[in-house]
Amino acid sequence: MPEVFSSVLARDLKLASRRRIDALLPLAFFIVAISLFPLGVGPEPGMLRDMAPGVVWVCALLASMLSVGSLFAGDHADGSLEQMLLAPQSAMALAAAKCTAHWLVTGLPLIVATPLVGLLFDMSGPALAALVAGLVLGTPILSLLGALGAALTLGLRSGGMLLILIVLPLAIPALIFGAGAVGTIEAGMSASGHFSLLGALLITTAIGVPPAIAAALRISTE
Amino acid sequence: MQSQPVTVATAPRSVDAAVVLEARALAGQRGDRALFSGLEMALVPGSVTWLRGRNGRGKTSLLRLLAGLSTPMSGEIRVAGRTLREGGPAWRRHWVYIGHQNALKDDLSATEAVRFLARLHGLPADDALIAQALKRMGVANRQHAPVRTLSQGQRRRVALARLVLSMGAPVWLLDEPFDALDTDGITALNDIIAAHAAAGGCVLLTSHQPLTLTQPVPAVFDLEPYACA
Repeated sequence: MPEVFSSVLARDLKLASRRRIDALLPLAFFIVAISLFPLGVGPEPGMLRDMAPGVVWVCALLASMLSVGSLFAGDHADGSLEQMLLAPQSAMALAAAKCTAHWLVTGLPLIVATPLVGLLFDMSGPALAALVAGLVLGTPILSLLGALGAALTLGLRSGGMLLILIVLPLAIPALIFGAGAVGTIEAGMSASGHFSLLGALLITTAIGVPPAIAAALRISTE
Repeated sequence: MQSQPVTVATAPRSVDAAVVLEARALAGQRGDRALFSGLEMALVPGSVTWLRGRNGRGKTSLLRLLAGLSTPMSGEIRVAGRTLREGGPAWRRHWVYIGHQNALKDDLSATEAVRFLARLHGLPADDALIAQALKRMGVANRQHAPVRTLSQGQRRRVALARLVLSMGAPVWLLDEPFDALDTDGITALNDIIAAHAAAGGCVLLTSHQPLTLTQPVPAVFDLEPYACA
């Protein structure tokens, strides 16, 4: 039985564990970038609390984009991608494995680091919970969209910039609902609408993006 | 010791049950440039075919077309009777493609790299078999070494070790497999290719060095008659 999903996922996690510094760079960027905001805009707590959800989401998005550019590039360069496309299974399994690996290595640490960040911004408990819940739904969306951008720009010379320009607009809905959910909680209302929309976005992305990634990968090896 | 290659006549057009890979009226391109057209090829079990042509004629492109990595401009490719589209992803079990690149990750050990490729293709991947495969290619002593510490020749041997596990795939498409190999490596690969052909498989390969394989005597397929200007 060919096991494209599990073998690619296991391999990518193993490779990340052997290059731990590289794997943790997005997390380091996330923490550093967020820390700059209180320093830059001043320590007034009310303003920081208002800004916090937006700042965290934007920094999570940028941190994701840092590591997604190399999602397929290494495999494309050494011929591994070709071999993965020759496996007797649909390339969607490969796409799903890559997105999952990216989320586990980059997205999950961001979620874990967010409560610490909440301290910097003096966020209240419920607001912080809403922020983390939103990121739990949103970071997989960012991984999926980032992987799509990476597959589309594979092999292009200025691929890095183009990737960011493609993915950032697509990520805006998740950003709006995720950050908005925290604002609604802070205003004392229920954020179930925001979370439902985030969940719907996640489902749509999870269903629609892997086939697109598979097609883009096939085109890149033509 | 050189073998005398035998030139292959044009392939029969009728569907022959014994033909394991068949290309009909195949046209290939690289970018905007047409490489070859009207290509006819039929590979039978037990054969080793040496694909020849000058640099830039499209040998690699042809191998990639046959492997299904790119789509031809026109024409049809059938493996074990079905086109690549009819057969779907599962049909890819019928062939192995090893290109110029070794597809080995620098940070994995030789064993881990081969294990990954084996699992990817649904091949038996237990440690004993992998160790045996690496031994047949003469790199058993480096089986736990990270790939980045291996020389080019050793990496090629590790990449080719997968063939030992792939005896079940009837068609082997090998692009410059002998590159970077020393005489021992060439002998090891010749033995593996001979074993595969003896078991009924077929091999299509390119090489700019003359082949030293004698069992079976390789047929020659020249790309020149099909080349576009």
